[in-house]
Amino acid sequence: MARFVAHGFLRLDGIVPREMNEEAFGVFAAGLPVVPYGTPVPEAFPEGSFARRLVELPVVAGALESLVGPGPTVDHHFVHTREPREGSAQPLHADAIVDLRPDAFDVQLMYYPQEVTAEMGGTLIVPGSHLRRTNESDTGRYQNLRGQTRLTCPAGTVVLVHHGIWHGGRRNDSDTVRHMYKIRFNPTVPQVRLWDTADLDAPAVREELGRGFPWYEQATGRLEMYNRVQLWRSLSGDDAFDIGYWATRITNRPAQRSHA
Amino acid sequence: MTASNTPRQQVLVLYLDTSALDSRVVGWARYDGTGTTRPTTGDSDEPPYETGVAALEDGWRLFQAAQLIPPYPGTEHGTSFLKHEFFFEKLVGVG
Repeated sequence: MARFVAHGFLRLDGIVPREMNEEAFGVFAAGLPVVPYGTPVPEAFPEGSFARRLVELPVVAGALESLVGPGPTVDHHFVHTREPREGSAQPLHADAIVDLRPDAFDVQLMYYPQEVTAEMGGTLIVPGSHLRRTNESDTGRYQNLRGQTRLTCPAGTVVLVHHGIWHGGRRNDSDTVRHMYKIRFNPTVPQVRLWDTADLDAPAVREELGRGFPWYEQATGRLEMYNRVQLWRSLSGDDAFDIGYWATRITNRPAQRSHA
Repeated sequence: MTASNTPRQQVLVLYLDTSALDSRVVGWARYDGTGTTRPTTGDSDEPPYETGVAALEDGWRLFQAAQLIPPYPGTEHGTSFLKHEFFFEKLVGVG
């Protein structure tokens, strides 16, 4: 969880079985059923459907429950297709609109049924960008940032991203059509201690939460820590949590003594 | 001079670690008015220069730098766009 809060995404390489990856192309070609916004998973994806089996894979189900809790609703789902040698990339963007929630987040599942090579232009993801308040593709001017992740992955990879992550489909310079199936989940319960918190106080958790990224500007990188502290306080229910002393220092306001 | 042989503008945008032009490059973008290259999102992991000054030393001309604007009251801890944006150009003859 600390890694997700710091990076804004969780990558699960090759966790979908080969038979399902092979089945996926036919499912995509047939077209996805329409799912009204905010539909509970069991209604959105009937028992036995491809999407239902995907989200019920133990590692996927476990990660989703840790992040958005039990009983999430499906916001929407969509198959993104990058055509061979299409000549352009998506501009860097965050999905939906600027999102100000300090104590809740949606998770987007990105599923890659085929191996993605560098030439195929896998999704560009900017680690640690999810807490920036920018609106959709207003970040389109940024072509490259130090430490960006240009996804290459084996078939059957799932990436779970925070709704605010900066990302984009890269230009496909190969001769192969590339598919990515996305499902956005909305939580229906408070996102507080939904994961296994047995190691909540482990040094590795604090170390992960204090991670910087190469594209952070020196000064704004400190604000990233402050905002990460606020998110972790919300998720952990620990109002006194801090990284270093960033949040504690600037909220120290001793009550004025009475001189009467 | 006709449009066909008007010098073309190549634009380099560098995002720096601080407001100092000699600080480290953290992000970059390129646009090519000659049409000979098509830079795009996510096309390289290594910046073309280590600092803004290194771009000057290679002949790029700075034509715009981001202003230093105080945060709006109440948003002092918010993060949004990269702050230290510098636009450079080269004029390239064609034909």
